[in-house]
Amino acid sequence: MWTTIEQIFPYAIMFTIPLLITALGGLFSERSGVVNIGLEGLMVMGSFVGALTISKLQEAWPHHTVQAIWIGLLVALAAGIVFSLLHAFASVHLSANQVISGTAINMIAGAITVFLSRNITGSGNIRLMNGFQPFDVPLLSDIPIIGPLVFTKTYWTTWMILAVVLISAWVLKKTPFGLRLRSCGEYPQAAEAAGVNVRRMRYIGVMISGAFASLGGAILLVTIAGEFTGTVAGLGFLSLAALIFGQWRPLGILAATLFFGFASTVANVSQVIPALKHIPPIILSLFPFVVTLIALVIFSKSSQAPKAAGEVFDSGKR
Amino acid sequence: MRNLIISLCAVLFGLIGGAVLMAVTGHDPIEGYKFLFQGGLKNSKRLGDTLATGTPLVFTGLSVAFAFRTGLFNIGAAGQMLFGGFCATIIGLNIDTARPLLLLMMIVAAMLGGAVWAFIPGLLKARFNVHEVVSTIMMNWIAYWTIYYVVPAYLKAESVETESRLLPDKATLKSTFLSDMFGGSYINMGLYIAVVAVIVIAFIINKTTLGYELKAVGYNRHSAEYAGIKVSRSIITSMLISGALAGLGGMAQFAGNGANIQIGVLPTQGYDGIAVALLGANSPIGVLISALFFGLLYSGRGFMNAMTDIPPEIADSIIAIIIYFAATSVLMDKWITRIVNRRKASAGAGTGGPVSGKESA
Repeated sequence: MWTTIEQIFPYAIMFTIPLLITALGGLFSERSGVVNIGLEGLMVMGSFVGALTISKLQEAWPHHTVQAIWIGLLVALAAGIVFSLLHAFASVHLSANQVISGTAINMIAGAITVFLSRNITGSGNIRLMNGFQPFDVPLLSDIPIIGPLVFTKTYWTTWMILAVVLISAWVLKKTPFGLRLRSCGEYPQAAEAAGVNVRRMRYIGVMISGAFASLGGAILLVTIAGEFTGTVAGLGFLSLAALIFGQWRPLGILAATLFFGFASTVANVSQVIPALKHIPPIILSLFPFVVTLIALVIFSKSSQAPKAAGEVFDSGKR
Repeated sequence: MRNLIISLCAVLFGLIGGAVLMAVTGHDPIEGYKFLFQGGLKNSKRLGDTLATGTPLVFTGLSVAFAFRTGLFNIGAAGQMLFGGFCATIIGLNIDTARPLLLLMMIVAAMLGGAVWAFIPGLLKARFNVHEVVSTIMMNWIAYWTIYYVVPAYLKAESVETESRLLPDKATLKSTFLSDMFGGSYINMGLYIAVVAVIVIAFIINKTTLGYELKAVGYNRHSAEYAGIKVSRSIITSMLISGALAGLGGMAQFAGNGANIQIGVLPTQGYDGIAVALLGANSPIGVLISALFFGLLYSGRGFMNAMTDIPPEIADSIIAIIIYFAATSVLMDKWITRIVNRRKASAGAGTGGPVSGKESA
């Protein structure tokens, strides 16, 4: 049993990280008052741009494949910012329905990335020469119990993203920027009266969500997937659920995405683990989604959703 | 009228966007569009295929549009379609009876399956105020995984693991009469059902108390409640009808255009339904027209891909761009208002009176 847990743990964490950073992006957007259902499309965009950049660089510099990956992650992040501007422009400037605009983002990303990929590489898929290799953290991985669980087979991106989560929690809670951003999602008119440029803060919120979600898609690519296929299999939507499940708080999101990470990993590997073999796989696969529905019911009474999320900002309204 | 202009502008921008995409990737847009439209319309067979491709989209578009009228964003048409189609497939594979009765049973099963799948988000919304966008997405994945395991376990084809057995001919919507009329196209009786659905839904929305109540809830939930309309019941009813429509779409897809159900896919028609509804301005007739237009893009792309080296995803890209412009129609609305005002002003200045200005508006 213990060895089973030891085996599952690194995979579960690996699976958690793209969800975590994407959901965190969604948090910034929703806290600023813009619902971003386009996370899925932003992840796809990150996966595409990352794959394209990395595969081209790896061809050009066969001896620096790891550096190529880091550059690819950065380029994906930048592409996410640019692509999310479409959503920001529609929902902040044009007062479009944010859910529809987000849906458009998903559709555009799904279609255009495959279209471009076919044009550039001749096929809808882009395979990387190699992705990140997992490593054991020296010394720490020798710690009993925790060591094998947390510090073996880890990735640099995992530690980076965990740091980003902690910094984000601090920024949102303690800094003037965080307070202003949150006030735009709660009482935008009051925020404006206090001198906050609500539209600009919402742009920033959406751009951060674009950057993070796109990075999430690229991390998925370089750790798990290894190949761009035009989809991230609903992980963007799952991040959205994690955002609500985690009650719009960074640490809540961390807990929610860990839960999804474990649930999905267990479902994926159940056939090779003797202890799980007698549970029908359908139950394991349905588990995260059913639990999310139940959690939505439980939390709906005490929902911590930003009050103005999804509402068009109208500075004349009081 | 204004909705029509906005939709046409969105289509125009979408086509321009597609042309730009083709041009920047080094293809000839005019040739691309020529083959795209030829591929959908060239002869009666291609025309029939276009109609058939559009048929499931009519249902999912109606489904999304109907929910929209009540202020609900049903993003779960894919799951409802999958589950409705699955229920119809179970009946079709396991029951042996006279064809009309069998088809009727399948239609009822498809509607019930879709309705059940939409009922849960409707109930959660009405009772617990759970946002239907997230709950319908979860229901999509629950449908996906249910089909993923149940089809291979109980309905598996002999050789292929990833799809169900083929439905016998009498359990499909295939019609030799229609097919022969359209030169051997795979057009089928799903189209009849789609036209009936459009008429019925138009009737419900425009002529019945139920439709009036649903629209009232959509415009303003609180004032509807104040006026004595049972909001919770309206939400659930709306989702049930919406789900039943999507379920019929599943039947049109799996027992009409195809003859079995596959695992491992969420039918794209579910998400395209959002696009269809949006472009059709949520009106049943608009949905019918926009679904057939999307059907044209989808059925023509294969021919275009065969004749040129433009990737078939151009069709999806055009649709996605259309949706972005439909979503940001506020911009066009402003333009139209500005143009109308300017015309009014210039007409007023030309003839010296506001009367003629009114005419041009």
